[in-house]
Amino acid sequence: MATMIAEATGQAILTEEHKQSFLRKYIFSTDHKVIAIQFLFLTLFFLMIGGFLAMMMRYQIAWPDQPIPLGGIFPESMVASGYILPEFYNSLVTMHGSIMVFLAIMPMLVGVYANYLIPLQLGAHDMAFPRLNMYSFWIMIPAGILTLSSFFVIGGAAGAGWTLYAPLSARPDLTGVALGQQMWLASVVLIGLSSIFGSLNYITTVINMRAPGMTWFRMPLTVWALFITAILGLLAMPVLSAAGIMLLFDQTIGTSFFLPEGGGQPLLWQHLFWFFGHPEVYILILPAMGFTSEILAVGSRKPIFGYKAMVWAIISIAFLGFIVWGHHMFQSGMNPALGLTFTISTLFIAVPSAIKTFNWMGTMWRGNLKLHTPMLFAIGFVAMFAIGGLSGIFMASTPVDIYIHDTYFIVAHIHYVLFGGSLFALFGAIYFWYPKMFGRMMNETLGKIHFWLTLIFFNLVFFPMHGLGMVGMMRRIYDASGYRHLEGIADTNALITWSAFALYASGFLFAFNFFWSLWRGKKAADNPWDATTLEWQTPSPPKHGNWAEVPVVYHGPHEYSHPGVTDKDWLAQNERPDVPSPAGGH
Amino acid sequence: MAHAAAAARAPERGLDVYTQKVGMWVFLCSEVMFFAGLIGSYVILRFGASDSWGQPGEVLNVPVTAVNTFILICSSVTMVKAFAAAEADDQKGIKLYLFLTFLMGAMFLGIQAYEYTELILHGEWQGSHGFTPQAGLYGATFFTMTGFHGFHVFLGVVCLGWAFKRSLAGEWGPKNTHGLEVLGLYWHFVDLVWIILFTIVYLI
Amino acid sequence: MDWALPPNYSTHGVVIDQLFWIIFWLTAAAFVLVEGGLLWFIFKYRSREGQKAHYTHGSNKLEVIWTAIPVLVFAVLGAYSGTKWAEIKNASGFPPDALQFQVVGKQFEWNITYPGIDRQLGTADDFTVLNQFHFPVNEDIVVNLESEDVIHSFFIPELRVKSDAVPGMVIPVWFDSRQAGEFQIACAELCGLGHYRMRASVTVHETADYEAWLASQATAQ
Repeated sequence: MATMIAEATGQAILTEEHKQSFLRKYIFSTDHKVIAIQFLFLTLFFLMIGGFLAMMMRYQIAWPDQPIPLGGIFPESMVASGYILPEFYNSLVTMHGSIMVFLAIMPMLVGVYANYLIPLQLGAHDMAFPRLNMYSFWIMIPAGILTLSSFFVIGGAAGAGWTLYAPLSARPDLTGVALGQQMWLASVVLIGLSSIFGSLNYITTVINMRAPGMTWFRMPLTVWALFITAILGLLAMPVLSAAGIMLLFDQTIGTSFFLPEGGGQPLLWQHLFWFFGHPEVYILILPAMGFTSEILAVGSRKPIFGYKAMVWAIISIAFLGFIVWGHHMFQSGMNPALGLTFTISTLFIAVPSAIKTFNWMGTMWRGNLKLHTPMLFAIGFVAMFAIGGLSGIFMASTPVDIYIHDTYFIVAHIHYVLFGGSLFALFGAIYFWYPKMFGRMMNETLGKIHFWLTLIFFNLVFFPMHGLGMVGMMRRIYDASGYRHLEGIADTNALITWSAFALYASGFLFAFNFFWSLWRGKKAADNPWDATTLEWQTPSPPKHGNWAEVPVVYHGPHEYSHPGVTDKDWLAQNERPDVPSPAGGH
Repeated sequence: MAHAAAAARAPERGLDVYTQKVGMWVFLCSEVMFFAGLIGSYVILRFGASDSWGQPGEVLNVPVTAVNTFILICSSVTMVKAFAAAEADDQKGIKLYLFLTFLMGAMFLGIQAYEYTELILHGEWQGSHGFTPQAGLYGATFFTMTGFHGFHVFLGVVCLGWAFKRSLAGEWGPKNTHGLEVLGLYWHFVDLVWIILFTIVYLI
Repeated sequence: MDWALPPNYSTHGVVIDQLFWIIFWLTAAAFVLVEGGLLWFIFKYRSREGQKAHYTHGSNKLEVIWTAIPVLVFAVLGAYSGTKWAEIKNASGFPPDALQFQVVGKQFEWNITYPGIDRQLGTADDFTVLNQFHFPVNEDIVVNLESEDVIHSFFIPELRVKSDAVPGMVIPVWFDSRQAGEFQIACAELCGLGHYRMRASVTVHETADYEAWLASQATAQ
């Protein structure tokens, strides 16, 4: 807040290419592009960590009676005489989810791409509050350190699940985890602060810093998605912070907000958590939808089918996202009468997602599809997100949810949305905007191999989980043996685990391509994909301040194959004012 | 609309106010949600266990807090006066009103500290001596909500001190009012939250 | 592993399975439409020499169609689900003469309190057995779920019953079994390091056998 007031006094405005020290330019930079790249490295690191935790979990699920290879390198508190301990398994479950959501996917979607793309696609020099933006990155560092170091404190890392249901999360004596849980909460409060600073910047920039002619309905869909996401983050994160602080008080100073012994209510935690948590789900998917729309238009050489419908779909998803949280709690003992309300709102939130899927297909219809790596990942997103969306309908139907709630069916669903959805779109986005960020292309052959391996092994990992859920395998169990209804799932679990290893390994192919291309990649042109949006109309990588001269916008964002343009199949937003184009939409 | 060439040369602005003011409004939206989380929890917890709440005035010292509320409301008035003085280039007025706002903010915190001390040392609640955050949901919600509000007042007072320091150098004036206006928005918000908290925590 | 729901023995399970398969076929149709469409488009519209994309910004008519169809389908599905949900879960609709049990979850065991021969909870002949749940076939059962410490979830897959047990709350759950047999209670909500082994046996008896079992317990007490 103080920063904002300071900036209000007009101290910090940049644009000029001033001489800066290395430290100011690359470390404590206020340039949105540098901050985005910092976020990218940070989140890729956490993606790798989160994935590693999943590999350990998968080993345990597939071969609960076998010692884990190299188990000796872990402390006795995690792996005892080669076997993963149940309490450590619970920490793996918890931290895999938390790290992926809070330190990998969310900051990669917004920290990286909202930062990078909003000013560039809108024709602004930088964010509205560059210093606040820098803080939003640097706050993530202590949050990350807290998260990682919590594994090594007495009692280990948080083990109550990423949803932290009280009282399990509130009373250290019930899990044996005290400090680890508190570090988790402190870390999430920091991440919340970072996310609020980020959202504040993104929203303000979109509202007030668009280039001349960049009207609301000429904004690229990526910006629309990121803008609405920022609003969701702005309104949802503080609720998690408030709830997290109350839980922290229950843990440390002896209050009992969520403890029934002192009159508190365990279900209150769930209401607060999911009031945040469901908008969070859309924070994790809306930007991915934005990237996909963008890449599909570029790859199909066609305008987005139903641009305005897409915008309204995003807006209605955001609105409905705040009134569906109860569908996570159908079996929680909440008053069953509330179930009907939440069923209806939940089914209706599926409608805009369906609209978006049909419009993506409409965009590809009669296109001229260039099947490069970003395009493959974008199509992969539509294909996988559709599965994740459809499996969600099972849960929305309350009677069916009685059976599949808390089974692997849910695990399959969330991964189809979060991995098949968000992460596929993110891979696409990385390949797509890499040349702009670093001035070099990623290797296309390796990219395609990476795509096919990811697609195949992703489905081998997560599709069979629907079957496990149907059989009735519960989530988060350390060892499924001893259950009569779970006899005969060992082979499936072994298949899933082998495929998971292959999926993780293919991630290293991507990492190799990423780092190799930084130095050895083919030099990228300013506009290697023949794209129309503003970021491609400036050098790769753009200089500090982005534009020598602020662009003036004359067209909607996705004018491909315009009949009035004959020399090429695209019309940049800032060129040829003489060519008429529909004012966005239809 | 058909001929996009008619596009204006001026930047597109969704709101006809300067960026920092938009930023503060946006920030306050997130603050609203933070306090909504706390207040919402308070309402739910209190409905769920109404017998473990004290009657108004039974534990909390309403008259002292009423005075404190009055002080905070007055400080909002002087904040408006400081901004008006900046617009009118009344340097003396700027200094005076900023100082008064700062002083009243600090007084609010002082009285709150006194209130906390008294409650913790001498408060009487359900037979136990000393009213602390551990004193059931009543104590926990009371200290959490008023504590977070106090923290916001504290941040505001720090910024007010900074603004006052700048006013001594004559930096505020008709050409430089934005900082004061944005700070004022924050300060009024904190005031508004207090009026809600005072009502639901002390009076109901 | 068979890709199937386990055999169902309860009355509610019939509805649940029926809805599951309705949704399965609905989503399967949508799945084929979307995935098939994508594959077809990739093949048909892949970039070739001299090909130009068709310039269009969309079609309002199509938007209305593909908004209206999901809305209609979801409205019907929602209404039907909601009705069935209310029948299964609303405690006011539970049969008044149901046989009542108390089940208390606790890290990491299930304590089942039986109503005894008088079929009334809260009387002198009640008794509690650890991790063994016996009840008679073809009779409405209401379990009053409680928890002593953390949230557990009471799950019997073959009877399609699941509900959380929350400390500080009593949550009634209604179900039945239409066939005698042996099942298990599993805990479906992460409840600590022994979550994975928090199970209990379920024995559904023929009515006469249940009474015999009760009698044997009464003498054992």
